Amino acid sequence: MCVTKKLVLSIFVILFTTGLFGQEIYFTKTGTVIFDSSTPLETIHAENNQVTSFLKTTNGELNFAALMKSFKFKNALMEEHFNENFIESSKYPKAVFKGQILNWSAIDLSKEEAQEANVEGELTLHGVTKKISTKAVLYPQNGKIAGTCDFVVSAEDFEIKIPALVRDKIAKEVKVAVNVNYEPYNR
Amino acid sequence: MIFLVPFASTGQDLDELLDAETSVGKIYESAAFKATRVINGHSVEQMKAKHLDFRISHRFGELNGGAYEFFGLDQATIHLSLEYGLKDWLMAGVGRSNLLKTYDGFVKLKLLRQTAGSNSVPVFLSYMGSTEIFTTKWTNLERDNLFSSRLTYVHQLLIARKFNDQLSLQLSPTLVHKNLTPTTRDDNDLYALGASGRYKISNRVAINAEYFYAFRSDDASVDYPNALSFGVDIETGGHVFQLMLTNSLAMREGGFIWGQDNHNWDDGGIHFGFNVSRVFSFDKKASSY
Repeated sequence: MCVTKKLVLSIFVILFTTGLFGQEIYFTKTGTVIFDSSTPLETIHAENNQVTSFLKTTNGELNFAALMKSFKFKNALMEEHFNENFIESSKYPKAVFKGQILNWSAIDLSKEEAQEANVEGELTLHGVTKKISTKAVLYPQNGKIAGTCDFVVSAEDFEIKIPALVRDKIAKEVKVAVNVNYEPYNR
Repeated sequence: MIFLVPFASTGQDLDELLDAETSVGKIYESAAFKATRVINGHSVEQMKAKHLDFRISHRFGELNGGAYEFFGLDQATIHLSLEYGLKDWLMAGVGRSNLLKTYDGFVKLKLLRQTAGSNSVPVFLSYMGSTEIFTTKWTNLERDNLFSSRLTYVHQLLIARKFNDQLSLQLSPTLVHKNLTPTTRDDNDLYALGASGRYKISNRVAINAEYFYAFRSDDASVDYPNALSFGVDIETGGHVFQLMLTNSLAMREGGFIWGQDNHNWDDGGIHFGFNVSRVFSFDKKASSY
């Protein structure tokens, strides 16, 4: 009697959780992160189109992971030096952001319109973790959720050393733009 | 209730999902060396597609020239070259040295890339082929002096492994063929094995060593010293400065591997020298750097 009860309960739980699955977690593996630390002397611009991100729609929790070696520069030498000298990608292969949309209760995924989200969380880059707080825009459409976000980080905060010789060529403040299009996660 | 556990964990921990979906996959190792040369000889590094390398190399006179010769700095042997990346795996270059007024051209192909992770490839492998043409006037006018006599051919395999961020080692089995040898005692074909390495002491500075052992047949009876060089690479953005001490005056394989202009380390037959590499990107929209 007791066993049957547990079994029934388990089946119910399985059906319930799997049924909800597609709707509660959204993800992308083709998110874009662009960074720019250009100065009048030098255009420094790189793009990564293989960023993974998850968004949990029950509470607005979200995270991102970007492999440093997937950042593509127009200048091959610059890309090599980015990996070898600045970001040290064999030592620190990825950047990770773990955070939360603070005003999640105000966001309505059934409305197909741009909605402002306040994102706060921790960015780990080059082995250093810093708190980041920024505004993002979410746009739910056709069962997907598009999201964009811009923020600025300082190379110094993440202990990325810029040698004196190239200090004038590389901006200390790095502009970062994030672009994702979340789909329901079914696994 | 047993069923609940795995579903609950996969369904709820977003960080576990992130780790699972961020597969590092195949990682190609890069930058085993700072430049396309270790010191005199080629490294497995290539010019990337649409990038041009302008190289200026000098080797000064022998250190044992003393103060009168300003320790060799009064004389300079020079080599200039332009080297271009046609593809990421294919580069070609042309150059000229004042040593025997020699023109040279080479191609280098990347055959294997070292990878980390699953199904890894343990080494970089490249092929380098070159031709050198000396153009000094013939001094022996009593024989038939053919154009083909001016030619030297080099075939070389470059096998390198980047062991970690600091240490890379390379082996370079080489065949040098001269249609006309410097002396009648030389064979036309010379097999040699190069061994070279670099150790990075900071992100922008590396120290290098390079040795080419020439396998001469016993009856060749020429006694040229093998090429031995020690160098420092200093990288400053778009430039790489390579400073070295070497017993070779020649800056191309038909010279320093063959060894007819090599001197002896033992008695101070050492040349100070440098290579300067300046890379220009012709990739659309790429900046000068």
